[in-house]
Amino acid sequence: MTIEAPGPGSLLVIVPAYNEQGAVGDVVRELEQQVPGVPVLVIDDCSVDATVEVARAAGARILPLPHHLGLGGAVQAGYKLAFELGFEYVIRVDGDGQHDPRDIPRILDKLKESGAEMVIGARMDADRTRRMRTLGARFFRVVLRPILGKTVNDPTSGFVGVNRRALALFSASFPLEYPEIEALVVLQRRRFRFEEVPCHMRPRRTGRSSINGLKPLSYIVHVLLGVFVNILRYDGRWRRRLRLGRNSDSSAGGGG
Amino acid sequence: MDRLLHVSAGVSLLLLVMVLISVRRAHIRVEYSVTWLVAASAMLALSLARPVLEYIRHLLGLPDTPLAIFLLAGAVFLLVFFRFTLIISRLRDDNIALAQRVAILEYHLHTIARHES
Repeated sequence: MTIEAPGPGSLLVIVPAYNEQGAVGDVVRELEQQVPGVPVLVIDDCSVDATVEVARAAGARILPLPHHLGLGGAVQAGYKLAFELGFEYVIRVDGDGQHDPRDIPRILDKLKESGAEMVIGARMDADRTRRMRTLGARFFRVVLRPILGKTVNDPTSGFVGVNRRALALFSASFPLEYPEIEALVVLQRRRFRFEEVPCHMRPRRTGRSSINGLKPLSYIVHVLLGVFVNILRYDGRWRRRLRLGRNSDSSAGGGG
Repeated sequence: MDRLLHVSAGVSLLLLVMVLISVRRAHIRVEYSVTWLVAASAMLALSLARPVLEYIRHLLGLPDTPLAIFLLAGAVFLLVFFRFTLIISRLRDDNIALAQRVAILEYHLHTIARHES
């Protein structure tokens, strides 16, 4: 199956998937049921199981990566293709069935109404079964508050919608390892806006999260470092712009 | 101490020969061998030129001459590792961009093939 040339206001749903043969078929079928007519693109991050076959049989279009790139690389590949094909909006849904497709229309409406470059489908209800995740989200909420200038309730959510301006930005520059939180800082550097829509999250259908065991600690260190580096980059640009502004001011003043 | 300098010279010479053989067999690209050749030559020269090493030891205020050569070797190899980290990072970025491009082109090819059939 192929994706036809999209019209104005067009939406593409992307599903990054790595070894999700147990869940991706249901995810695609549910998407086609809840948002009929919206193309679904599964980005296969070089799975070693039958993810591609299952997704294709369910009716999805496939973007097959030649080798494993990790979540950020897979999502960025989807953004690049969506941008090239001319889509206006892209909503990312995880391939493990955690995100409820019934929330997609609300995310899309928020993208259109608010004009924000990114809308996050945020988990508003505390998830007692995943205490580490809730703690992590709370920690990053505190860290990100002064950087973003506003509170983000669920910075770790992968249920995200973007418009074409954000697509252009993310096609060129997108965090690769743990993209959700760093992407917010990348947006902030461009003075882009994001909004949140409360969403219902479900437990994973199969498999387990890639962030388990001692990985939450590594996750926190990596993300903090990524956020810090992004701030440094932003400050560097800001200082250069300031210096250029001063130079042009002094040359306009006749070098006096 | 002389024996230590001889060992250091021998190791440097071994490194030089290994790098040259690897370049000759095309296991290492010439551009990346330069860093190793310069590092190994510098270590060999320092191991053989004892007055220079004594001067450096004096300059750095170190108690022993062997300490000077190991400090210099450590510094040189840290620089080499740093340079290779830069190269690996750039290669990783290029590799990701290339893999994404291959996937997108493959997608377009399938689209064209389906339209034609």
